[in-house]
Amino acid sequence: MTKTEQSRIRNFCIIAHIDHGKSTLADRIIEMTGLLTSREMQAQVLDNMDLERERGITIKAQAVRTIYKAKDGEEYTFNLIDTPGHVDFNYEVSRSLAACEGAVLVVDAAQGIEAQTLANVYLALDHDLEVVPVINKVDLPSAEPQRVIDEIEDVIGLEAQDAPQISAKTGLNVEQVLEAIVEKIPAPGGDPEAPLKALIFDSLYDSYKGVIVFCRIMEGTVKKGTAIRMMATGAEAEVVEVGYFGAGQFIPSDELSAGMVGYITASIKNVRDTRVGDTITDRDRPCDKALPGYKKVLPMVYCGMYPADGAKYPDLRDALEKLQLNDASLQFEPETSIALGFGFRCGFLGLLHLEIIQERLEREYNLDLVTTAPGVIYKVYKTNGEVIELTNPSNLPDPAEIEHMEEPFVSAEIMVTTEFIGPIMELCQERRGVYLGMEYMEETRALLKYELPLNEIIYDFFDALKSRSRGYASFDYEMKGYEPADLVKLDILINKEEVDALSFIVHSSTAYERGRKMCEKLKEEIPRHLFEIPIQAAIGSKIIARETVKAVRKDVLAKCYGGDITRKKKLLEKQKEGKKRMRQIGNVEIPQKAFMSVLKLDDR
Amino acid sequence: MSRTKQPLGVYIHIPFCARKCAYCDFLSAPASTETMERYVECLKEEIRAAAEGLRENYQAATIFFGGGTPSILSGRLLCSVLEELYRQLPVEAGAEITVECNPGTLTEEKLSAYRAAGVNRLSIGLQSADNRELQALGRIHTYEEFLESFELARRKGFRNLNVDLMSALPGQTREGWLSTLSRVAGLGPEHISAYSLIIEEGTPFYEKYREGTPGHALLPNEDEDRLMYEDTKEFLREKGYERYEISNYARPGFACRHNLSYWERTDYKGFGIGAASLLGHVRYTNSSDLAAYLKGNFSYESVLPLSRKDELEETMFLGLRKSEGIILTEQMKDIYGEILERLQREGLLARQGERIFLTDRGIDVSNCVLAEFLLEEEL
Repeated sequence: MTKTEQSRIRNFCIIAHIDHGKSTLADRIIEMTGLLTSREMQAQVLDNMDLERERGITIKAQAVRTIYKAKDGEEYTFNLIDTPGHVDFNYEVSRSLAACEGAVLVVDAAQGIEAQTLANVYLALDHDLEVVPVINKVDLPSAEPQRVIDEIEDVIGLEAQDAPQISAKTGLNVEQVLEAIVEKIPAPGGDPEAPLKALIFDSLYDSYKGVIVFCRIMEGTVKKGTAIRMMATGAEAEVVEVGYFGAGQFIPSDELSAGMVGYITASIKNVRDTRVGDTITDRDRPCDKALPGYKKVLPMVYCGMYPADGAKYPDLRDALEKLQLNDASLQFEPETSIALGFGFRCGFLGLLHLEIIQERLEREYNLDLVTTAPGVIYKVYKTNGEVIELTNPSNLPDPAEIEHMEEPFVSAEIMVTTEFIGPIMELCQERRGVYLGMEYMEETRALLKYELPLNEIIYDFFDALKSRSRGYASFDYEMKGYEPADLVKLDILINKEEVDALSFIVHSSTAYERGRKMCEKLKEEIPRHLFEIPIQAAIGSKIIARETVKAVRKDVLAKCYGGDITRKKKLLEKQKEGKKRMRQIGNVEIPQKAFMSVLKLDDR
Repeated sequence: MSRTKQPLGVYIHIPFCARKCAYCDFLSAPASTETMERYVECLKEEIRAAAEGLRENYQAATIFFGGGTPSILSGRLLCSVLEELYRQLPVEAGAEITVECNPGTLTEEKLSAYRAAGVNRLSIGLQSADNRELQALGRIHTYEEFLESFELARRKGFRNLNVDLMSALPGQTREGWLSTLSRVAGLGPEHISAYSLIIEEGTPFYEKYREGTPGHALLPNEDEDRLMYEDTKEFLREKGYERYEISNYARPGFACRHNLSYWERTDYKGFGIGAASLLGHVRYTNSSDLAAYLKGNFSYESVLPLSRKDELEETMFLGLRKSEGIILTEQMKDIYGEILERLQREGLLARQGERIFLTDRGIDVSNCVLAEFLLEEEL
């Protein structure tokens, strides 16, 4: 690979609403720039985790470099940086954008601009990115490209009359997108001779190479042997290899210089040393100051994770350690539950992050897990002056020892079309939101500002928001700090026994409602036994709700025909097998998913 | 001198019926006369092939024609199978020989043929004495037609008759069920089988009555179902019938020996598609592929050698279906000691001396109880 001239590099990302065709366009670009043959193409090259493919979302930022021979006869290097699309990973999105000069905005020709896209476009504009609009799915019968073009001009204020009208699926006019990237997105700047300054926008752990850092070189040059330092974490290492991102593979090169996107390996053992947003510099010739915007990402949601089979505890520990190598925001520490045995209290960026880790543990590491209700970190001020950061409700001290408690609040901004302002305000009110104000972005669109307890948004707020705005509301939040709150611990008793793993902390104003719903939910989840099972919710010693799982009246195989004993035995075995997948609490068998019941309290 | 021969139960599956009932998930379907004739030829061939290995050690103690509707065959056809059996296998002098039959398929000629061939027990599928219920079940006969068949059987000299009944039918009340019971008991059959309806997947009833359908509400609920079950026991006891198995009632001395052999795990051999056998320490199941069978392919679908663990488990969960239960051995006490104690404490199992049996409550939830006897590890 000859040295690439800065003027022929284009660093960009693609912004699109879910389903508007981001991955398909990325595939098409990769295909049409000739790096891969059609045969080599997997359906969606960019999303290389199974999980991502199934959910149709992108979890971790990834990048790919392709070579495009433009109509002007020159070869251009395209660095396409993929960005995650969920609020849990907002920070990663902002760092990915910071590595680009431009963004391709994909809008569905039938559906037009969606709220979430808008939020990301504004984020891109904030980072001074050149936004190139593209109208996708023009081959659909319901496509209205001109309406969408007008909408882009009206709503975002982007010139869009000459936006390529494409079908990423069939490849129609995708050529025009490639040309637009060359023409409209500026080439990167930066002085290759200056002291090294590179932005980390992602990193992953490889068991052979150690941590592979994904970075954008802003200034200077890095090559094998350069002694580097991460300016925020202070970690130092000597570069072993640098290179580019092929599709699904790493292509080593001699050096990376200002304007380029690529990877660095340096025998770094842990991704914790290479935090997203940190600046890499030359240890011996450091730059004067780090790139702006670094922040340490901290877990906001905690839950207990237990192996369904107690003997798998060491396996769970190993699996978590391995995942953590790749995911600096995952935290865990051992804990014990009377109901569930040995497990870990784990910290996550948000609920999606939690679900992803849970699924990876189950799929990639073959672990059967019992997960307890997620919660936030509460601050408990004790009468003796001590302050506890509470991540597990079971550790709440005796009420007599508690002076007061505080819970984390976030400042939330919700963008919504005006017709849905009412329902969204109602939702925020239900979730104990404090209204801060509202700004009209334009005639039909408003930005609602609320202060909300984190506790109220971690479960299903995002979903509720979507359902009450028919998908039109977008939502962003940042931590604001702790505020005193009237909180109580809700305990659940099953057959008169308290089940520690089911306890959760709740605001006193919603305790009765939640307790009642929790009992109802558990009644659905717990199978009938041969005896009656009371399910109770209690605050301290006071029972606030009760449901009963009725006893089984009848479970009998009347007919057993023609001596076919095998069939009968299978039935009995199934019955016995079903019991194995449950947790025994006292003499009650509780299915594993019951421990997540609290998550489903708001199902409508 | 020949050794004493082991008793053998012989089961013959006739997978044909006039019309499939709406609740039926058994291996059975309507078929042409040619198919039936061909099937019977194959049955005889299968019997001949198997008999060689059996006749040394076994003597048939019971013979049971089940289905389907065995009585859909002509008398000549059905009896030709029986005659083949007599030729191939030693049959005990007092052997119990049963044919399952449906009202509407029985004729005087058939019954005479059965009698002549040695059939001494008929099991008549009635299900209900209410014509509306019969129609809803998809049965091909009325109660009146059953009465005719029953009388005819008596006239032809059958002294051991069973009537199959079904409770917990859609829309059925306790009163309705009691009326069926009392009409049937009034006729004085020697044996009554009373099952509660099970909604099986893959049947028209499943589509109509499974959970989540509007029809489901028509089914008697669990409490009503159990009340009907208790009514059955009480009512039939007064009429001189004892419950000897979960769903079977008989006058003294008329318990079905063939069915008991399943619960008591004596050996049996099944002929025809889908038929099951227990021989020595191995369970076999015939392939249920009719087309292959008609080509003379009598292969097994499964051959399952039983371990000591399997056999112990079976002894427990099969034996406990009988009202008298089982006699505890030292091994059982050793292995199941704790479970037995717990089940007694929970009122599901009762013990008299060394004999254990299900209580009424234990019968109601017998699947839960019997599942407890499955073991984790081989012995």
